[in-house]
Amino acid sequence: MDKIDRDIINTLQDGFPICPSPYKQVAQHINITEQELITRLEKLLETGVLSRFGPMYHAEQMGGALSLAAIKAPAKDFASIAESINAFPEVAHNYAREHALNMWFVLATETPEQIQQVISKIEEKTGLTVYNMPKIQEYFVGLKLQA
Amino acid sequence: MDKIDRKIMTATQAGLPLTAEPYQTLAEQIGISADEVMQRLKTMQENGIIRRIAAVPNHYKLGYQHNGMTVWDVDDQSIDALGKQLGALDFVSHCYHRPRHLPEWPYNLFAMIHSKTAAGAAEQIKQIAALLGSHCRSHEVLYSTKILKKTGLRISAKNVSP
Repeated sequence: MDKIDRDIINTLQDGFPICPSPYKQVAQHINITEQELITRLEKLLETGVLSRFGPMYHAEQMGGALSLAAIKAPAKDFASIAESINAFPEVAHNYAREHALNMWFVLATETPEQIQQVISKIEEKTGLTVYNMPKIQEYFVGLKLQA
Repeated sequence: MDKIDRKIMTATQAGLPLTAEPYQTLAEQIGISADEVMQRLKTMQENGIIRRIAAVPNHYKLGYQHNGMTVWDVDDQSIDALGKQLGALDFVSHCYHRPRHLPEWPYNLFAMIHSKTAAGAAEQIKQIAALLGSHCRSHEVLYSTKILKKTGLRISAKNVSP
């Protein structure tokens, strides 16, 4: 990752224009060619430096729901449990964390009712209790990480 | 959101096309004009259906090795005022009020922090603790050790209503 990659990441975390040639516009801003921007973006996505690039949809605004949930996965079965849980398309993110509750995942569903349904399915599949922690209030979502 | 908005969403939730004219590419996939794609994306952004169109970096790959979910047990009466103050800190990426699961999970205020160094993370936690003061009974920090999945929101095409 060089300075141009960092410029790309920092610029694109802020947003992306909606116009006929948006890559060209961003490329001009950071003084590279449109093709170089596209090639570098492909690489940043391929290597996982960027986990995604595109519109970020707001589940609740679309009538859907989000929730944060956690389980206590026994260490010996951790990988297979992660695999079972990740297989659910409703699981948007999943993180291993240092705690008795050692696996934390975000569920995104099209309707609020489906959150409980997915949780029941996960409990059935893993035999573990799912601690559901849907947000009561959102105070802040944002932050740009300086590359 | 109507059927065409849903099509746009389905076509873009994995990402925006990496073509010189990405909205034109989407328009061809969906069977509408590029102008309509752009107009609809703008409207969805204004309505908050789209938070923003942007790149999401992997924290670890940018050198942010210390990503902690800090969780705090604070008075229910003060939580809204405190949550707003935490959310305003420049190192907090997400801040929420969430339910407790007593007795084993007493924490109701969640704030995600990110730092390149362990000392930096410790300093951030100290700042939050100072800000919460006597409103906080106890806290823990759960560092993430591995990203097991990070695909973002996915809604399956089969659920797109006609």
